Amino acid sequence: MTRYDTAQPEGQSAYAEAAELELRHVSKLYPGQREPAIADLSLTVGAGEVCVLVGPSGSGKTTAMRLINRMVPLSGGEILLGGRSVLDREPRELRREIGYVIQQIGLFPHQTVTENVATVPRLLGWPKERTRARVRELLTLTGLDADEMGPRYPAQLSGGQRQRVGVARALAADPPLMLMDEPFGAIDPINRANLQDEFLALQAKVRKTVVFVTHDIDEAIKMGDRIAILREGGVLAQYATPKEILARPADEFVAQFVGADRGIKRLSLTTLGELELLAPDGRAVDGARRLSERASVKDALSVLLTAHGEPLAVVDAEGSVTGLLTLSHLERLITEEADGAAGEEPAASASALAATGESGP
Amino acid sequence: MIGRLAAAGGPVIPNFSQHSSSCAVHNRLFCLDWVKANWSPVLWPALRQHVVLTMIAVAIGFVIALSLALLAHHHRWAERPTLIVTTFLYTIPSLALFELLVAPVGENIYAAEIALVSYTLLILFRNTLTGLRSVPAEVLEAAEGMGMSRRQALLQVELPLALPSIVAGLRIAVVTIIALATIVYTIYNRGLGVPIHDALGEGPFKTELIAAGGMAILLALLADGLLVAMQRALTPWSRIRERTRP
Repeated sequence: MTRYDTAQPEGQSAYAEAAELELRHVSKLYPGQREPAIADLSLTVGAGEVCVLVGPSGSGKTTAMRLINRMVPLSGGEILLGGRSVLDREPRELRREIGYVIQQIGLFPHQTVTENVATVPRLLGWPKERTRARVRELLTLTGLDADEMGPRYPAQLSGGQRQRVGVARALAADPPLMLMDEPFGAIDPINRANLQDEFLALQAKVRKTVVFVTHDIDEAIKMGDRIAILREGGVLAQYATPKEILARPADEFVAQFVGADRGIKRLSLTTLGELELLAPDGRAVDGARRLSERASVKDALSVLLTAHGEPLAVVDAEGSVTGLLTLSHLERLITEEADGAAGEEPAASASALAATGESGP
Repeated sequence: MIGRLAAAGGPVIPNFSQHSSSCAVHNRLFCLDWVKANWSPVLWPALRQHVVLTMIAVAIGFVIALSLALLAHHHRWAERPTLIVTTFLYTIPSLALFELLVAPVGENIYAAEIALVSYTLLILFRNTLTGLRSVPAEVLEAAEGMGMSRRQALLQVELPLALPSIVAGLRIAVVTIIALATIVYTIYNRGLGVPIHDALGEGPFKTELIAAGGMAILLALLADGLLVAMQRALTPWSRIRERTRP
């Protein structure tokens, strides 16, 4: 299979290093407007992290994203990608190094899937063989059959397939940073959930630094390693992990934005394996309903609410019971954790549910 | 009888000779023999001249209209004046324009082409501009976001996507100019208009009129067909769009 020879090997080491992104006192004032779209925004996105910019319309989230690849000229401040100011770069050269995905995708209707994905390699003047191999690799990576889909035109694809091609095209030149503006906004809810899961799986492999814009807080909680909540005028209301934002909204605006159901949302971020469970008790285990330790606390609550007071058996990947959970025990864990979040330090036994709790042991 | 008429006012049937067929002698509606006999000396040269007149006019018209459309695409202010001027040119009665051009330019190919070109501009300008403007905004945003220069976006994205509309304009322009070029003979003695005009003076003999007029129609149909074939070859994607998605 000589045609694959130029393809990079699979796996994490195959991809260029993701770069750290830093916004320093960034501002944007559109000409002819009195109020700035972004007043003074500073945040750092660690290399390989997904940072979700979320906020109501008028919060400048798309503007903030487009400042990064200089589609919108900066009014003040500095943006560093991999420690280097984007203002020192020639804009077109910079953009070829930054993956760019938009809601309407913007595939070129007159080009096949293969040609679309090859856009940036073509601009960079890659040799044909290398481009071809890279296109095959990316289509496979994004879950598309390269032989079947490659020769098709965008009009022959479903919405989900087009979105995958859009992501493949953005990844083509192996950029250290990806900008994604509501990439799944135009997809129906079921397919959107699938695409989100696929993207998270893909991101686990390619580990790009990602700036992801959405207006949907649930999507932000699901996709983000960190969430930057912006309010009108591009003011950063809170920048933290999803757990922290749900547990401790910085102010009333954030609390309202994440919604009254933030308690439930938070439960979906913690898995049963992270909880301090009751010791397994032989008799109780036999009749109990079972749930994987990778299931969320929210799922467990849902099961317990219909279990007529019976405990829930939590099982590991091998199927052996690691512990029991009852409604009253879960209530105690949540209460302790809530007390901890309200007080100075979260109770040790409930640390998994606590705001600062990082994932898993 | 023929001899008597000829004696009276010259030959009625052009290029009549001893070898003329009985068809011509009996003045039937269409005489293939006459067409064969006059193909090389009359019809074929007229057809070639007609093709040349048309191609020059459409080619020059396309270059001018494309330049104006690109200007109007990037600078919106250029659209209105261009439309006003090209629409004005388009509305001038053709015979009048031909005659008007004789005084400053003379009875030559330049006058003929200036007139013909001026009739292509409105059609080609409007269609080209419409095509360029029909490119979806998100496609242009993606092109810019991936690091294409304006020139690259124009050549690799905008013009290819505008092609169906541009070719649609070319088809109308070519058919229009093939028809219009039949009156070029009024100022410049070339093209299929020459045998058509001759035929109109031939009284009851209709073969030359039918032959030359028919050739102009067939030429227009052929040119239109060629442009359709060219567009199909160049824009395979545009036909797929019409089909239902899988």
